Amino acid sequence: MRTQFDKQLQTLHIELIRMGSLCEQVISLCANMLLKKENLSADINAAETEINQKERDIENLCLKLLLQQQPVAKDLRIISAALKMISDLERIGDQAADIAELAPYLADCDAPGKVHIGDMARATVGMVTRSIDAFVKSDVKMAAEVMAEDDEVDQLFEKIKLELMDLIRQNGLDAKAAMDLLMAAKYFERIGDHAVNVAEWVEYSVTGVHKNDANF
Amino acid sequence: MMKNVKIKTRNLDLYYGENHALKDINIDIEEKAITALIGPSGCGKSTYLKTLNRMNDFVNGVKITGEITLDGENIYAPGVDTTLLRKKVGMVFQQPNPFPMSIYDNIAYGPRLEGIRSRLRLDEIVETSLKQAAIWDEVKDRLKKSALGLSGGQQQRLCIARALAVQPEVLLMDEPTSALDPVSTLKIEELADELKKEYTIIIVTHNMQQAARISDRTAFFLLGEVIEDGKTEQMFSVPKDKRTEDYITGRFG
Repeated sequence: MRTQFDKQLQTLHIELIRMGSLCEQVISLCANMLLKKENLSADINAAETEINQKERDIENLCLKLLLQQQPVAKDLRIISAALKMISDLERIGDQAADIAELAPYLADCDAPGKVHIGDMARATVGMVTRSIDAFVKSDVKMAAEVMAEDDEVDQLFEKIKLELMDLIRQNGLDAKAAMDLLMAAKYFERIGDHAVNVAEWVEYSVTGVHKNDANF
Repeated sequence: MMKNVKIKTRNLDLYYGENHALKDINIDIEEKAITALIGPSGCGKSTYLKTLNRMNDFVNGVKITGEITLDGENIYAPGVDTTLLRKKVGMVFQQPNPFPMSIYDNIAYGPRLEGIRSRLRLDEIVETSLKQAAIWDEVKDRLKKSALGLSGGQQQRLCIARALAVQPEVLLMDEPTSALDPVSTLKIEELADELKKEYTIIIVTHNMQQAARISDRTAFFLLGEVIEDGKTEQMFSVPKDKRTEDYITGRFG
């Protein structure tokens, strides 16, 4: 029974893992650009283009599944969750690209190494990895962990804000650099939010209940 | 919650000889809504459907216990007039079964049995019933022609019109579209959606998408039991029972 359908769902999982790992990659790349001053713009742009392509591919696969298999119950939830998740993953790619655009302006500045931006990058990479992992394994507990981790990312953002204020006061950090760095931190914070959205869709695909809905 | 309950089934058991075909069925059928009965072949859904107008009375060796009430009246109580019951609870079958007579006479058959003789009144019933069954425009110019000349889809709508002609309250449909092409199927589905404004409809279907499309509530039958029943939207998005999930997602059956 339903060999073809299961095979297609397997492909959907694999494609989502690939898209997720591209997101992880692009976040790490832009962190390296900020902290290690490597010029990785081309790599980031390439990865972002690939993420956009993956979004279209997965969207097509989901539409094909809806058309061919007319899924119900958990199958329907998985496919509709996937359709929503890829929008968040695509936004993660955009935000990483936005960070990459700021990085050249901070190339001669040592402030990134003095604030907790590296921790933010690491935390968000972890959130993205685990949110996709939770989807593939239908693991609600793991999804909940991702949601909890977002609090840490939010705290890191607040910490960076204070650190930057200190740097301005004590070291006379250039106003433009401070603002660029704050923007970069904000983008990381948004990436965390998108990972939370993914985790919420994972929860929906397993339980049938989405955090923001009171349908049933 | 259900608005109004039209039919209440309590502790219903049905045996065909040794075969325990329905096991302790307890469900409510909502008034003026479409209830779909789904489940694999031989699970008891058609048998249950037929208990609702006592069609199983004709089967040899059938034993039925428990209670089914229609508007609060037990239809299995002693002295129930089954002819009156079947007038109230009409039925449409899988294969369209028009009588070998004219379109007009097919529709007028039931009302005539009830003793209606007035030509004017019969004309009126025929027109109203055919209109309600969304087939009037297709047959109004050939009412005197044989019903057997109609297409399968038209015959099925004619059978629905025939069931409506005696002004039932409940319409039982046993896989009414399984012998029809997609366009005729769609017409019947749209018709059912229209008819539920006035009638309580219970439909047996093997087509999961059809159940999801047209019904308000769904009951899942398995091996003579009702495993789960509830709002269709909920059943097809978040079924409560693993067996329901496995069946509707095509993992067995």
